[in-house]
This record gives sequence, C-alpha cells and structure tokens, in this order.
Amino acid sequence: MKRLLYLLPLLLFMVLAGYFVISLRPNHDIHELPSAMIEKPAPAFDLAGLGDSKPLDLDALKGHPFIINFFASWCVPCRVEHPLLMRLAGQNHLPLYGIAYKDKPADSTRLLATFGDPYRSVGIDQDGRVGLNFGVYGVPETYVIDSTGVIRRRFVGPLTAETVEKDLLPLLKQLGQS
Amino acid sequence: MKTWLLAALLLVSVVAAHAVEPAERLANPALEARARAISSQLRCLVCQNESIDESGADLAHDIRMFVRERLTAGDTNAQATQALVNRYGQFVLLNPPVESATYVLWYGPPLLLAIGLFGSLVWLKRRQTVPLEAAPLNPEETSRLDGLMHGTDA
Repeated sequence: MKRLLYLLPLLLFMVLAGYFVISLRPNHDIHELPSAMIEKPAPAFDLAGLGDSKPLDLDALKGHPFIINFFASWCVPCRVEHPLLMRLAGQNHLPLYGIAYKDKPADSTRLLATFGDPYRSVGIDQDGRVGLNFGVYGVPETYVIDSTGVIRRRFVGPLTAETVEKDLLPLLKQLGQS
Repeated sequence: MKTWLLAALLLVSVVAAHAVEPAERLANPALEARARAISSQLRCLVCQNESIDESGADLAHDIRMFVRERLTAGDTNAQATQALVNRYGQFVLLNPPVESATYVLWYGPPLLLAIGLFGSLVWLKRRQTVPLEAAPLNPEETSRLDGLMHGTDA
C-alpha cells in the first residue's frame, strides 16, 4: 500500500506527459478550434459576384461537391496558400469558389489580377456575415461541401502541400466518385 | 497625502475596458443591457482569452453586432447564445457547461484539493501520535550520563 503511494507521483507525471505528447505533436496547432459545423448543412448564402463573377448562391452550387475558400487581400497567410490554390485549380479536381471575406472589392480584384485567379467565381462578403455563419474566425479557411450542401471538411489556416496531399485530395476523390 | 489619495483613486478606477463602440449600441437600454450581459460571457475567437465585450478585434465587433441583431429580432438570451454555439462550438462560451466532456474541467480541481486535504490531514494526524516527550532513560543510560557529567567516562 505504502509502495503504491510512492508510485503516485510517477503515475501523475505519466498522465501529464501523455497529455503533452498528444497536444504538442507536430502539425497540431493548439490554437485551432474544434469545428461545430462539420457534417452540418452549409449556411445559406447568396453573395454579389466580384467583378464579372456571377452571384455566388449556395442553392445554385448544390448538386455537385465543391470547395469554398475564404480569403482576403489583407491576409498574409492567404498569399502563402495562393500558389497551391492555383495548382489545385489547374488540376481541375472540384470547382473552387472564393469568398472575399471583409475585403474591399477593388482590393480583392487587384489581388486576383496580380497573383492569378484560381476561383471559378468569387462572392463578396464585405461585412463578414457569411463568414460568421460558417464559423470563420480568421482567413484563410477552406470548406469542402458535398453535393447535398453538407460541410464535409474544414481547413483552418493556409492549406499546405501536405494537407492537400494527405487530406484534401483523398476526400475530393471520394466525393468525386460518389 | 494628496498623491496617495490620487493613487488610491486611480487604483479603484481601474475597471475592465470595454470595446463596445457607440455606434454599436442599441437605442433600447433594456436590449442593450442584455446584449452586454451576453457579450461578457462570449469568448473572442481571435484573442481567445477576452470576452467579445472587451476585445477590440474585428471579429468581436461582428459578433457583438450579431448578438444585437438577434436580440432586436426577438431572440431570448439563450437563443442568441445558442446561435453562436451552433456556429463556433462551445469554445465560444467563456463559462463552459457542465457535461460529460467537461467533468474533468469542473470537478478535477476540487477533487485534487480534496485529495490534498485528505493527505495533509492523514499526515498531521500521524505526526501527532509521535510522543512529544522523550521516554525516560533506563538505568544503564542514567549511569552513563552521570559518568559523562562528572568527567569519568565509562
């Protein structure tokens, strides 16, 4: 009994160490919040299109799986992610739509003119309400939505080559086949 | 004296800063008060340790406006809060609800305190049973002590 008592600190240490190992593992951002919207219908939106884009209407997009990417011209990580989006768009996996989150339309237009436009069309969410309905708390965020309009996956922060390869592409493949 | 008074005055005047902008306020004071009460219980998701009532972040502003819109539209406090929980998850609540996932959070600290108190009590109790006065010397020790005292070591 007494010996067991002496093992108690060791046991506590192991519990703590286990917790740290789990929460400090590589590629795990402790600031990333759990998502409440996964497997739920995407909130309805009908946004004015940027430039010559048609309005971005959720109901019109349903029927095929697609990707929605929230971006902004003032967002630095979005620029990091941008070449990857260009590549994805070139590979023609699933239609990629953009939502310009809390951004002046002129700035969004200039951004896309300068760095290239990976989006099939872009909706303007200047007051950030659509973002709020999606639970966006920072750009960029990327959502994969299936043909019935249900959110299947959410990527917080810039996509990386690794997340695209390991996470996004398998999911797109699965959605594209079904 | 005057400086001390001033210092004391400054100290007590330190209250939480509020970020609510005049333009955000609702004309109806009762609704505004409810909005403030709700806001103080909602986490700003950008700064994460501030309520949206205190945070100057852009998103906090959006959520404050959202809460006010919902209240104006006739939502109860619970409905407005739930609308945000649906979007952002329970993390948005500064005061997490008691449920199976949060038992450790809520009951862990009191439990640890109880274990600590119990341990301390047991330890104190045991210490008390050790006799405070030393046992009297036996005859052999007495004679040795006498010898030492009188310089004739045995």
